[in-house]
Amino acid sequence: MEIGIEHYLTVAAMLFTLGVFGIFLNRKNVIIILLSVELILLSVNINLVAFSSYMGDLVGQVFTMLILTVAAAEASIGLAILVVYFRNRGSIAVEDIHLMKG
Amino acid sequence: MVTAITFYIFATILVGSAIMVVFSKNPVHSVLFLILAFFNAAGLFVLLGAEFVAMILVIVYVGAVAVMFLFVVMMLDINFTELRKGVQDYLPIGLLIGFILLAEMVIIAGGWTMTDGIATAMTTATPPASEVTNTDAIGRVLYTDYIFLFQLAGLILLVAMIGAIVLTHRKRDGVKKQNIGDQVRRRRSDAYEAVDVKPGSGI
Repeated sequence: MEIGIEHYLTVAAMLFTLGVFGIFLNRKNVIIILLSVELILLSVNINLVAFSSYMGDLVGQVFTMLILTVAAAEASIGLAILVVYFRNRGSIAVEDIHLMKG
Repeated sequence: MVTAITFYIFATILVGSAIMVVFSKNPVHSVLFLILAFFNAAGLFVLLGAEFVAMILVIVYVGAVAVMFLFVVMMLDINFTELRKGVQDYLPIGLLIGFILLAEMVIIAGGWTMTDGIATAMTTATPPASEVTNTDAIGRVLYTDYIFLFQLAGLILLVAMIGAIVLTHRKRDGVKKQNIGDQVRRRRSDAYEAVDVKPGSGI
């Protein structure tokens, strides 16, 4: 049985859908939303590496590392904002974050 | 055959732990399942022949990002049952949007073919694995053709680091710190005062 690129793309599609689903399901919990964003980025990474491997082109793996960098930066800034918000308000409920009436 | 079995093991655990990340009641468990998902994704990357990215995933994600999540989840004193209250309300809309996304991806995948000249259109061909290791090949590309992207990544990390420090740093009252400038600038006249005390009277 041969494992083709479609298998990897299917796994990545399932991960992406689960990530989006997780954002909608846990709308009150910022931590789970951040985790879901990480899942989505992981699915993009799987896509890039699968294409890179099956097409014989190395650039996909270079871009994967750039996505990893951005994901790490995003997670650290997001958690820093979360810590500051918790320090000021004593809760992390997303629904309370309407101070700017946006 | 062995590759297929390994792929299915990794893929099943990956999707299963992703489901548990979303549905788990306790965010600590969610983070732990995310770590499991990253380990299995690294396994898939090894199957694909991208060892370097797999190891980066394990080191950066499991070693740094996931542990950072774990720290924040455990250090903040949050009432998690309160946060889980509205989950049932959001389940239908989440399922709806998930199905729409999945259907769209199935539609796209159904009508998807590779263009004929795609094999020659690549920018950087992978050297044969028997001659050059994966890490070596990536290094040759990353530090030459993509050096500006690499430096931009470093800049992003620097900005993120400074931003996180600026956001979370706070001044506390009642902390005694050594100020060397003040100590050097101190003169004898600041330290004591000679008072001329008259005999027979106090100060």
